[in-house]
Amino acid sequence: MTILGPILMAALFIVPTYLSMRGLETQQIVVSEKGNLFSEKLEDNEIVQFSKIPEMETERLKKNFGSSPYYALLIISDSNSQNRFTIYSSQHISLSVKNNIESQISKINERKKLEEADIDIEILNSLFSEIEIMSVIIDEQGDESKGSSEMSSAIGFITAFLIYLFIFMYGSMVMRGVIEEKTSRIVEVIISSVRPFQLMMGKIVGVALVGLTQFVLWILLTYSIASLFEVVFMNSNNQSEIITGILSSVGQINLSSIVISFLFYFIGGYLLYSSLFAAIGSAVDTESDTQQFVLPITIPLILSLVMIEPIMSNPDGTLAIWLSIIPFSSPIIMMVRLPFGGVESWEIIISAIVLICTFLSTTYIASKIYRVGILMYGKKNSFKELIKWISYKD
Amino acid sequence: MDNHILKANKIVKQYGDYFALNNVDLSISRGSVFGLLGPNGAGKTTLMRIINQIIAADSGEVLFNGVPLNRKHISQIGYLPEERGLYKKMKVGEQSLYLAQLKGMSRFEATNKLKYWFEKLEIQSWWDKRIEELSKGMAQKVQFAVTVIHNPELLIFDEPFSGFDPVNTALIRNEILKLKKQGTSIIFSTHRMESVEEICDEIALINNGETLLQGEIINIKNNFRNNIFSVEMKTEIDNLSEKFTILNKKENILEIKIQEGSNTKELINELLQKSDIISFNEKIPSMEDIFIKTVSGE
Repeated sequence: MTILGPILMAALFIVPTYLSMRGLETQQIVVSEKGNLFSEKLEDNEIVQFSKIPEMETERLKKNFGSSPYYALLIISDSNSQNRFTIYSSQHISLSVKNNIESQISKINERKKLEEADIDIEILNSLFSEIEIMSVIIDEQGDESKGSSEMSSAIGFITAFLIYLFIFMYGSMVMRGVIEEKTSRIVEVIISSVRPFQLMMGKIVGVALVGLTQFVLWILLTYSIASLFEVVFMNSNNQSEIITGILSSVGQINLSSIVISFLFYFIGGYLLYSSLFAAIGSAVDTESDTQQFVLPITIPLILSLVMIEPIMSNPDGTLAIWLSIIPFSSPIIMMVRLPFGGVESWEIIISAIVLICTFLSTTYIASKIYRVGILMYGKKNSFKELIKWISYKD
Repeated sequence: MDNHILKANKIVKQYGDYFALNNVDLSISRGSVFGLLGPNGAGKTTLMRIINQIIAADSGEVLFNGVPLNRKHISQIGYLPEERGLYKKMKVGEQSLYLAQLKGMSRFEATNKLKYWFEKLEIQSWWDKRIEELSKGMAQKVQFAVTVIHNPELLIFDEPFSGFDPVNTALIRNEILKLKKQGTSIIFSTHRMESVEEICDEIALINNGETLLQGEIINIKNNFRNNIFSVEMKTEIDNLSEKFTILNKKENILEIKIQEGSNTKELINELLQKSDIISFNEKIPSMEDIFIKTVSGE
């Protein structure tokens, strides 16, 4: 997975681009029309290239179309019937070619009708012009900076989703590791050398390091594969323009504070959830028994994920503030809010303190369950029993 | 210096209302093989876990070489739990090294020691195999090597022979006896009474969290002698005087209990009056008899 992951990720970017580029073979279309009404205005582009033939040659070409170099033959009759436009080809024509011709014809038709009705096209165009609102953020000193809510949303969503993904992936990796040690029965051999708490924390820290390594590797590999592809296949000028564009809007957001917060909430959220996952792993004999215990843990995680969109539309509302303080949702929700810049520093401090306190206590509780659970075999345990274990003396 | 490697005083371990161990005392002589016996659920495993510091006793103390048990003693104890196993996907050599290092050995020392033990158990060719590729018996050999690798003063074996065929059982038993000769003290827990008589010097019998019996096997057996003799006569005998009770009779082989106030001499005299004696043996109770008798509370 470590190596395969970034390759798959990069493939996700590369394959669609590559395929769409391959499809860009310009098709030759022959047009036959009495007069010049449409054929004159049909424009060549990347997808289609038009050439006109005299009308009398049409029938001959139609008969021998298979051996002609053309992709399709477009016949425009002068009647006003529905079948005024017909396209002949030796195979099914591609959707992009059909759409391209259709849109061109309907545009020509539209203009013709407008001219007939004596409507000025310039006026009409001005009616449909797009309006863009520029957002500017004024800080306490009255300095203005260009804001980009799209960029904030994107960063918020990506970081929040990454945290969700990592908590889930590596949390259940911890759980599976604990179950494996239990079912293979090595656990009692090991805890005759180390304390159960050491074994549990070792597992949690170990998986976290695996996670971070994979994460860094993924980013580096994905980036390098994607940029290698860029250099080899794409028009690089065009690309770097886009990147400079992105960077300039990112520049408006306090990037370093987001990176630090991301690492903090990533580690804090992971420690909080993975200790619970470890406790569950210790209480069951097989992975299929985990269902009833995992559900209550995943609900707050999934709920936070669902809340991302409402929070984005109102990043500083009461709901957003509460969810970014409650430790079970704060790692995800705080990352959504931070790029919008409206988070007060006291909120971050409270959220961080609550998160630290909570993961310390969940780790403590989890270790109590863990040390009893790993030595219990062949018994289906309920929540009630897990809670009872917490009070057992060492 | 005290001649006990391990002493446990009044160990109590409670789970809710249930007493897994209730004031258990234990003294294990240095260099002996100590049989820890008892039916399922008697508290043997709990006791062994306490000695290994996997769990802590609610009250009471365990002394190792006269010192209260602490984390330093981990490297001086080797434990082969009944519920045992190894990482299935890891290579044999790799994880043996890992487990040896957990016991405080250096990598170099562990490698040398492992090579020695792997050769002894004839498993050196498995170094690069994964545990999942081995049979259960093969994996047990690796597990045994890992348990004894760090040369502990005290070895604790919980059902060490389970999963072994008779050939390998003999191999492991000989290794255990060799370790004993080298001065290692051994706690040995099993249900197989025949191996107890073969290997153990001392035993403790635990049931329902309490020690029922403890001491040297010879003394315990002597205490359980109950004046029953097995006699083979030349001809069948039907009755004896009131001083003797015939417990069992199969043609001319009899089991006779000598009642209080009489002795073997009187029995032999009486028997000789009736017929010739072919053989005359005291019926010494086996550990199995003692076990069943004690546990069922007779």
